[in-house]
Amino acid sequence: MIDAMNVEEPSIEKYLRQDRLPHIWCSGCGIGPVAGCFLRAIDREEIDPDRIAVVSGIGCTGRVAGYVKLDSFHTTHGRAIPFATGLILANPELNVVVFSGDGDLVAIGGNHLIHAARRNIDMTVICVNNFNYGMTGGQVGPTAPLEARTTTTPYGNFEFPFNLPYLVSASGASYVARWTVLHIRQLEKAIAEAMTKPGFSFIEVIAPCPVVYGRMNKEPKGLDSMYYYQEKSVIRNGADPKDADLELNGPIVVGKFVDVQRPTLWDHLREVSSRAQEKAKARAKV
Amino acid sequence: MTEYQELTGKFFINGDVACAEGAISAGCRFFAGYPITPATEVAERMSTRLPQVGGIYIQMEDELASMNAVLGASWAGVKAMTATSGPGFSLMMENVGLGVMLETPCVLVNIQRAGPSTGLPTLVGQQDMMQARWGSHGSYEIIALAPISPQDIFDLTITAFDLSEKYRIPVLIMSDEVVGHMSEKVVIPHVAPESLLNRRRPEVPPGEYLPYKTDVGLVPPMAVAGEGYRFHVTGLTHDERGYPVMTADAQDRLIRRLVDKIRLNRDDIIKYKETQVEDADIIVCAYGITTRIAQFAVKMARDEGIRAGLLQLITVWPFAEERVRELSLQTKAFVVPEINYGQIVLEVERCAGGKARTILVPHMGGGVHSPETILEAIRETAQ
Repeated sequence: MIDAMNVEEPSIEKYLRQDRLPHIWCSGCGIGPVAGCFLRAIDREEIDPDRIAVVSGIGCTGRVAGYVKLDSFHTTHGRAIPFATGLILANPELNVVVFSGDGDLVAIGGNHLIHAARRNIDMTVICVNNFNYGMTGGQVGPTAPLEARTTTTPYGNFEFPFNLPYLVSASGASYVARWTVLHIRQLEKAIAEAMTKPGFSFIEVIAPCPVVYGRMNKEPKGLDSMYYYQEKSVIRNGADPKDADLELNGPIVVGKFVDVQRPTLWDHLREVSSRAQEKAKARAKV
Repeated sequence: MTEYQELTGKFFINGDVACAEGAISAGCRFFAGYPITPATEVAERMSTRLPQVGGIYIQMEDELASMNAVLGASWAGVKAMTATSGPGFSLMMENVGLGVMLETPCVLVNIQRAGPSTGLPTLVGQQDMMQARWGSHGSYEIIALAPISPQDIFDLTITAFDLSEKYRIPVLIMSDEVVGHMSEKVVIPHVAPESLLNRRRPEVPPGEYLPYKTDVGLVPPMAVAGEGYRFHVTGLTHDERGYPVMTADAQDRLIRRLVDKIRLNRDDIIKYKETQVEDADIIVCAYGITTRIAQFAVKMARDEGIRAGLLQLITVWPFAEERVRELSLQTKAFVVPEINYGQIVLEVERCAGGKARTILVPHMGGGVHSPETILEAIRETAQ
């Protein structure tokens, strides 16, 4: 694998549903390594696994919820964030992580994404961005770069893609980072930071889909596709997210872009709720 | 429960407010919604009351989100509700299906207005009755209740929560704009928490818990997030472990149980009320606000010497099919007034099976029937 392997790897087997393996992901797929980073992050940070709830939508990344031995919910297409919103509001002790893909979170679920960021609700969203709908065979997605070939853009994509860090930071997220799947250390650290930070955290992970998107766009095959993304990346911590646009075969700006302290939804909600209870008590005394 | 939490006594309130109070009395502590006429007052009342009782009110970005937030809250162990009307009901359908599939207790209130599409936002309809039954894709059963007054919607909201907890299913309150907006006397009693039903919890340690393994009956015990059970649930066809299984056999086992847990318990679930049906030649079958007009029409018919009776469907889904079948053997005809162009009448006709005539008295929406309209249908049928 990669360098810096002299650090002892935490065992993630205890967090996996062994009886569900092997998984459904294609060889060379970027989703598995991201799931690995997530599980190592909770192990290293010693986050109580009984308090974690993983929520996924539909699609290849949506299957993450089914492999982790944690309370996990595989919901409907695009709706992981509102489901997670209900979970966290009903039990603020939970550490809620939404794990899903670009099509699920940004196309069909795009409205929920920006509203969750606006609320600055305590939640970590890990978005595995592979630029296409892998599960259904490689159709164009809302993050596919201009001119990208997919099964529904056979002559090249004619739509502009979302710049996700820019979108969620403009919407109000407290923490925004982007890494590629081979930035194992940085990604693991980012997930740990996101899960322990109050408010809305968003991590975009650029991941190859070598079987469909990669093949149609003449990217290197298998593991080489992961190296390809890593080699294309330029680390710019603190960069303005608006400068993090992605172009076909262009550089991939990665790093931690936003890490700010903002009052969260809970901060205001608690205050308003206690005000409501004081008022009701005062009225009851009359 | 602290003193100020419980609102008991006699009130002059509308059906939407009574519904919200019924939910509070039922132990509902989470509401996610989106403003829509004529259901908005349910949300407004909940936004006032839930913070007072330590609950959570949140206005979501749309009805898709509202329904999902309700499901999420229920899986965190809190009784949860949303309220909407026609267009929002359409958007919620996707995740009513998820609620059915995950077996999630929750309550969805539909204060019906006239459609299709935007239709008559401020005026009454009973036009989502078949959508309530079949609106989400797939083969499933659902429970739907139809209140006739503010008091009734208060009472039935408590019933709805009890049924949803007992059978682990979304329960629909299919009310309408007139019931929602009319103000009447509502008596709110002290509802003892121990009188309410709650989902059964797992009695096995986490390592042995299977989310969809039944023990007694067809409704499995339900763990909630954060308790250490580390369960997985999915909208995909699944086995007892909650794991996806993409086979016809797994589908067969799952769907039969999801449907049978309602069908085989219909005697427990189905409630109806009969007035003067024993000797009736003509039985008016009504639900919701239309029941109250039908009551007048039946009385007027009796005054004219026509032997008319009334069958009020309190539970609309599952349909009171055995009872309609029995009544079809002793009556000549069913008269079915509804504020649509024929929905529940199809069920009545199916169950009557040609043994009794079935006459629809439709109203296209925007108002309620006049008693005379129903009386005229009774008269014509009697001839």
